[in-house]
Amino acid sequence: MLRKKKGRVEPEIPSSSLADIAFLLLVFFLVVTTIDTDTGIGLVLPPPPTEDNPPPPIRERNLLKILVNAQGMILINERPAALADVKQRVMDFVDNNDRDPNLSINPKAAIVSIKTDRQTPYEIYIDMMDEVRGAYKVLRDGVSMAQFGIPYDLYKTRLAGTGREDVVKDIYPMNVSIAEPDKGAGR
Amino acid sequence: MPNFKKKSAKTKQEIPTTAMPDIVFMLLIFFMVTTVLREVTLQVRVDLTRAVNIEKIEQKRLISYLYIGPQSLGSNTYGDTKVQIDDALIDNLTFIRRIMYDKLVEQPKLIVSLRVDRESEMGMVTDVQQELRQAGTFQINYSTRRQL
Repeated sequence: MLRKKKGRVEPEIPSSSLADIAFLLLVFFLVVTTIDTDTGIGLVLPPPPTEDNPPPPIRERNLLKILVNAQGMILINERPAALADVKQRVMDFVDNNDRDPNLSINPKAAIVSIKTDRQTPYEIYIDMMDEVRGAYKVLRDGVSMAQFGIPYDLYKTRLAGTGREDVVKDIYPMNVSIAEPDKGAGR
Repeated sequence: MPNFKKKSAKTKQEIPTTAMPDIVFMLLIFFMVTTVLREVTLQVRVDLTRAVNIEKIEQKRLISYLYIGPQSLGSNTYGDTKVQIDDALIDNLTFIRRIMYDKLVEQPKLIVSLRVDRESEMGMVTDVQQELRQAGTFQINYSTRRQL
């Protein structure tokens, strides 16, 4: 067997190092690759106001006005509030369902309006947005657990691609609006 | 039975490795395809804030980034807050309108991801948002990292 092979000259490319080369390239791409998805707080801006298209009138009680001033203080309906209270206040406001005459009529009509000053620190603004989103998350999770027995995140992933309507989102639509900045605040 | 035992003792135990390069190449091609080598060189400092209730944006190709932060002047010194889109600093904020409008025409489902430095003030962010509204890019995203 051995002798027979020796007698025949077979031209061959040595391919034993092929795996090594491939591994080297693989390691390079492994190191370089960053599989990161962007995470963040999503928001839909309103279209710019025009003369013939004024913003729709909103009843005072359906509007929760949150102002973050230049010092980073949070004012809810012109009254100071702590950042830790924002979540509960938003939940009370949205999930009022006509109980308290000063709060929203129903979750669909409820609008959280957010206003900032020019000197407001961005970090506090984001913290506040986080709290508002947290309030909606609790409310949505509650409905989702009651109706489907799963948290909203899971419900949403199961719903993806099925084309069915998001029932939970329909009950608690997140109406967060960015207030029109003051004119003449200086550019 | 003794016969069988003897036979198995003689054969060499080896894992076939002929398919290994194929497997490695498959992995290699996967990583080559997923790798994005070109990243923008940041001319502003962007130290993202953290938040808990955040969402993932899966479709990366819909995203257009907009960076807001203090201009880095080298050796840990920072200048005024500037806006950067792709690789260029924006001197006049009204340019954002045109740039973003062009991007919106190209990709109608455009999401503008604002990567804002944590020490910025809202004034600049508001100005940029006003420009984005004029451009018609209403879908925005405040890029934040997950709070640990």
